[in-house]
Amino acid sequence: MASVSCKDLCKTFSQGDTTITGLDKVSLEIERGSFLCLSGPSGSGKTTLLNAIGGLDQPDSGSISIGELRVDQMSKTELAEMRLHSIGFVFQAYNLIPVLSALENVEFVMQVQGVPAGQRRDKAMAILAEVGLAGMEQRLPAQLSGGQQQRVAVARAIVSEPALVLADEPTANLDSKTSAQLMDLFIELNQTRNITFIIATHDTRVMAYCRRLIRMVDGQIVGDDLQEPAAAAEPS
Amino acid sequence: MSLPLSAITTLAWRNLWRNHRRTLIILAAIVIGVWAMIFMNAMMRGMIDGMVDTGITMLPGHAQVHHRDYLDDPSVVNSIAALSPAAQQALENPDIEAWSARVRVPAIISSERDNRGVILLGVDPAQELGVGFDSTDLLSGRFLESVDDTGLVVGASLLEKLETVSGRRVVLMSQDPDNEVAERGFRIVGVYEADTDAQEERFVYAGRAVVQAMLKMGPEVSEIAIVGNGYRDLGAWLPELRAALTADYQVKDWRELDGYLEMAVNIQDGFVVILAVIIFVVLSFGLVNTMVMAVFERIREIGLMLALGMRPATILSQILLEGLILLSIGLLLGNGLAVLSILPLQSGIDLSGIADAAEMAGMATTLYPVLHINDMLLSSVVVLVLGLLSTLLPAWRASRFDPITALNKN
Repeated sequence: MASVSCKDLCKTFSQGDTTITGLDKVSLEIERGSFLCLSGPSGSGKTTLLNAIGGLDQPDSGSISIGELRVDQMSKTELAEMRLHSIGFVFQAYNLIPVLSALENVEFVMQVQGVPAGQRRDKAMAILAEVGLAGMEQRLPAQLSGGQQQRVAVARAIVSEPALVLADEPTANLDSKTSAQLMDLFIELNQTRNITFIIATHDTRVMAYCRRLIRMVDGQIVGDDLQEPAAAAEPS
Repeated sequence: MSLPLSAITTLAWRNLWRNHRRTLIILAAIVIGVWAMIFMNAMMRGMIDGMVDTGITMLPGHAQVHHRDYLDDPSVVNSIAALSPAAQQALENPDIEAWSARVRVPAIISSERDNRGVILLGVDPAQELGVGFDSTDLLSGRFLESVDDTGLVVGASLLEKLETVSGRRVVLMSQDPDNEVAERGFRIVGVYEADTDAQEERFVYAGRAVVQAMLKMGPEVSEIAIVGNGYRDLGAWLPELRAALTADYQVKDWRELDGYLEMAVNIQDGFVVILAVIIFVVLSFGLVNTMVMAVFERIREIGLMLALGMRPATILSQILLEGLILLSIGLLLGNGLAVLSILPLQSGIDLSGIADAAEMAGMATTLYPVLHINDMLLSSVVVLVLGLLSTLLPAWRASRFDPITALNKN
């Protein structure tokens, strides 16, 4: 699983009398363990493509496969199961549950999965330590900085060991130092756990980390380039 | 997959207290609503019980056996000669607490100063004390001692109206089976008090054999008054007795004997439902508003949970659980408050200030609130079930959110 294949994806949205093209015959192959960026201006279709791959939104036409699974043919329940077990999400706005502590937020996905209490607590503690939040487990999101909250969100996304992480503008609310730390964390997880990362961004500093850079404009892929990623310690 | 109950409960509980003020306000509304429902029911039940008790004491009994024509023509002609063995056996039913065979005729009582229309009751005192007369009601003198007792027991109010005193003689006058005047002098040996003046002025008690002799009617009686376990549910003894009676006799329960009392009980039962509906409608608006606001504030969060793979049914359960917790706390406190406020009043609320009005309504001058477990259960079930139904709407809407749309809400 986690090789992603999209063929001729189309998606339009209606806004009043206007029809907006979200995806226009997008075809894309992503190998397992990839670390790629979807770049482009606002409205270019990055988030729409990310949502379609993650099963949060269904395309009007075309097909999406993650490994052997045909995402575009799944029922809502099957999509929910896939998101729960195979995909980690990192959002721009962190989206932590405010009434749960950092530890409980990380445990949340495992609770839904039915992982036994002891096991999920050990795992959540370990992953929080891995993202540099040891000692902050009991803090509520409101008691954490933006960067720390995003780290909790990353910990939540990877704690159940998904094959694929979809990150939508993960650094948009972070300062440059925190952004660099987050990207370093992504790179490390990609390399040590072979997790496929697809990051939608228009932050050039984030793009510099990626080996593969896909550029989108008006719902179409207009560029698909391989590049030498910048040194992890010195993002451009 | 779905979240384990403990995790849903934790989430529901913490979400509930995100907005303390709102939660406390709706909680207060539930507590007051439940308390009001139970408290008003207890007062109403006490009032109706008082009315029915008074009415049953005046009847007396929960049911009465008569000659089939007696209720239309309450003369000595329409008397009960002898019951069949089967009917006598039916009166021995253990659910029948007491019964009294009595002669009951309209009469005129005359003192040296005044006269009044009364109901003359010829009773067996041993039987009557368990049915229509309470020895603690005696103000002075004594009650009758046997069916041959030639004394007379009258109400305090009647004594006052007749301008006579205990120990003096009065004359009672009625009709015998031949429609001839039947009269006899009695000495007043006891004075009783009752819940109402009307009762005191209406009934005078004499020994049954003495009254039978005065009326030249032999061993017959006018009625057999029967007291069961309780007035609301008379149980199986009534149909058994009805079946055992011959065609000449009939048995009627207190509802049939006194339509006003039946109406009063029906009004109380209807009042319980009306009160429950009014309070619930007010509560439900508050509850729906609270839950809609609680959901509206968390649209993004709910979208996130759905995006992470939480099932809509789990979202639904979580919101419903929030409502359930809120309702349960409210019910617990509301029931507790009701018990605490009613128990101190159970020794009776003095209505002597409105004694005339109370008497007109057939009530005693002391109101005893009745805290009934069924009223508490009914109020709780109504609030719980309908409250959860109110919560269902916002919960269902939350579970139907599209994750993308919800995540993009500001």
